Amino acid sequence: MDPLFDAAPFTGYVYPNETVIPWSVLIVVYPYLTGLVAGSFTVSSLFHVFGLKQFQPVARFAMLLALCLMVCVPMPLLLHLGRPERAFNAMITPHLTSAFAIFGYAASFYTILLLLENWFVYRTQIVQIATEGRGPLKWICRVVSLGSTDVSAHAMHYDHKWIYVLSIIGIPAALGLHGYVGFVFGSLKSREWWSSDLMPPVFLLSAVISGTALVIVLYVLTSLARKVKIEEACIKGLVYTLWGFLMFALLLEGVEFASLLYRSREGIDVILTYVTGRLVVPFFVLQIGLGSVIPLITLTFLVIRGTRGRALIASAFGSALLVLGAVLMMRWNVVIGGQEIAKTGKGLLTYQPELMGREGLLAAGAVLCMPMILMFIATRIFSPWAEESRPALLRGRPAAA
Amino acid sequence: MRDQTMKPETKSDVPARRIFLRDVTRGVACAGAAAGAAGLLAATASATAEPAAAPAAPAQAGTPASFPTADYDWTKHRWAFAVDATKCIGCLRCVEACKRENHVALDAHHFRTWVERYAYVDGGEKPLIDSMPDKENIAAAGSETVYRFANKYRDSKVDKAFFVPKLCNHCTHPACVQVCPTGATYKTKDGFVLIDHDYCIGCQYCVQACPYGARFFNHAKGVTDKCTWCYHRVTKGLQPACVEVCPVGARMFSDLNDEESIVSRFIRDNRVQVLKPETGNAPNVYYVGLDKEVS
Repeated sequence: MDPLFDAAPFTGYVYPNETVIPWSVLIVVYPYLTGLVAGSFTVSSLFHVFGLKQFQPVARFAMLLALCLMVCVPMPLLLHLGRPERAFNAMITPHLTSAFAIFGYAASFYTILLLLENWFVYRTQIVQIATEGRGPLKWICRVVSLGSTDVSAHAMHYDHKWIYVLSIIGIPAALGLHGYVGFVFGSLKSREWWSSDLMPPVFLLSAVISGTALVIVLYVLTSLARKVKIEEACIKGLVYTLWGFLMFALLLEGVEFASLLYRSREGIDVILTYVTGRLVVPFFVLQIGLGSVIPLITLTFLVIRGTRGRALIASAFGSALLVLGAVLMMRWNVVIGGQEIAKTGKGLLTYQPELMGREGLLAAGAVLCMPMILMFIATRIFSPWAEESRPALLRGRPAAA
Repeated sequence: MRDQTMKPETKSDVPARRIFLRDVTRGVACAGAAAGAAGLLAATASATAEPAAAPAAPAQAGTPASFPTADYDWTKHRWAFAVDATKCIGCLRCVEACKRENHVALDAHHFRTWVERYAYVDGGEKPLIDSMPDKENIAAAGSETVYRFANKYRDSKVDKAFFVPKLCNHCTHPACVQVCPTGATYKTKDGFVLIDHDYCIGCQYCVQACPYGARFFNHAKGVTDKCTWCYHRVTKGLQPACVEVCPVGARMFSDLNDEESIVSRFIRDNRVQVLKPETGNAPNVYYVGLDKEVS
């Protein structure tokens, strides 16, 4: 047999061409990454736009995180494309009836917006490296500073205005980008599992909770690694955000699932077989039970009891980890689940991900790790923490007079 | 069978068609006879090698090198396909002809056209449905390069059984065209839904959007693929390969602009159905002899 593809095992009747699953684990990673972008940007905006001071410790970090995640968003798509060298065809001649036609523009616009906002947020540090640094980075920062070396109070005030404006544009852009990813799936009438008007808001809310959860996890881990005090007020703010949005996310997911079952259109027998069989562990146990209900109960408990100190941090960290896993499972259950239910409405397929290869689990894992690697490098150069105004690169060196 | 509106056969077309029919028949016969035997590989190789020679025949016969044919006017046709499922005998010559004519991967998972078998057996309320990727059918064929229906209901009481040929419906409102981000897949004026293989980026959004499972990924080219109703043949005045080889006339193809063409008459004389009309795609493959379980 041709080694270029793997045929999926099936039960019942499936169309012959369906036995090669079109969208692999990479298309699970793609909405996961965009969701994390939208979520971390939301956290950052809670400070930059809404002025909620408790988010200040993580605001700059979340902004940088959003950028590092965003530049990796096209990677799973490019790896998936049969002809990645033609990817720009979609931008050169966008076919405007396609839900996917404006992705290139939307993603480019948002990446530029993130670059701009990060530039304003980190401008003082860029200027410091440009003036006090050494080696190639000094020269790179000189270019990146665009000759704008004024860091006076007046200039800073001006910068903050820009950050405010860009964040205001960025909120609908970030949420729109992710809601749009939900639309890519929800607008397809060929698959009952996807075809839902609720898909965009479900994607949107899960995006916010995943981004918030990632910020909690990274804030706690990096604070422990840096041996600095974790701001309790910040964690509390993040807990409230996660708790509130998780409630709505779970509710919407429930409504969407209930309406699918209640509508009971053609093929519902196979969907029920799938839901009560193979989907029990990934959906009910992992996504809903372990990843949503347990964190929701934990967070509710934290909020009601007003838990403080290490118990608050540990519980928030644990809940955030579970939520991160749940949202990844949600992406999996949507993308892979939709393709495992045959379009015939009379059969089920089994996606068997390959380990190696361009669309394998390793490639997907590498794409997921990439933003973290970028973040690691970025935080070796710039300092994303509110308490540090000196760039990480110049740490230990006395500030210039 | 031949549509009267199509270009009259020229002398040069006749040998071309004969060569094509001979090649397909030889391929089917050779591959079938040799299934499981040591000579299978050689037979299949010859069968797969033949189509490369077949398209050369019209060129030799003097048909223009340009494509579509110079005198073909795509504004003057409105092609449609009809299937009389009551006639289909499940011989799968159409499947093999299509594979060879269009160089579709010779395996049980990529098809521009396929045939489904529905069998109500032993008083069951739901039919048992199978097609080319079914393991028993692959075993019966002896290879994934040839296609057979296994005689699996030999010992059952068959209450009702029938075959349904499937192919791209070349819809009037094709969901696949709607979702293509580059416009690489498009609807032509004469009714075809085609793919520009030089422009497709291989995202497979169209594969997802097609409710009929008619599209697949061409791994060799990195692009999406599907039935073209043999556009390259039709514009030369020939019938699609599957129509050409169907021994019972279950598949028909003609121009709806001609009221007396075979599909026009088929639609007029029968109470025809299309597949999944609720999707709003407005398919252009018209069926007679479907069953409530066919989707």
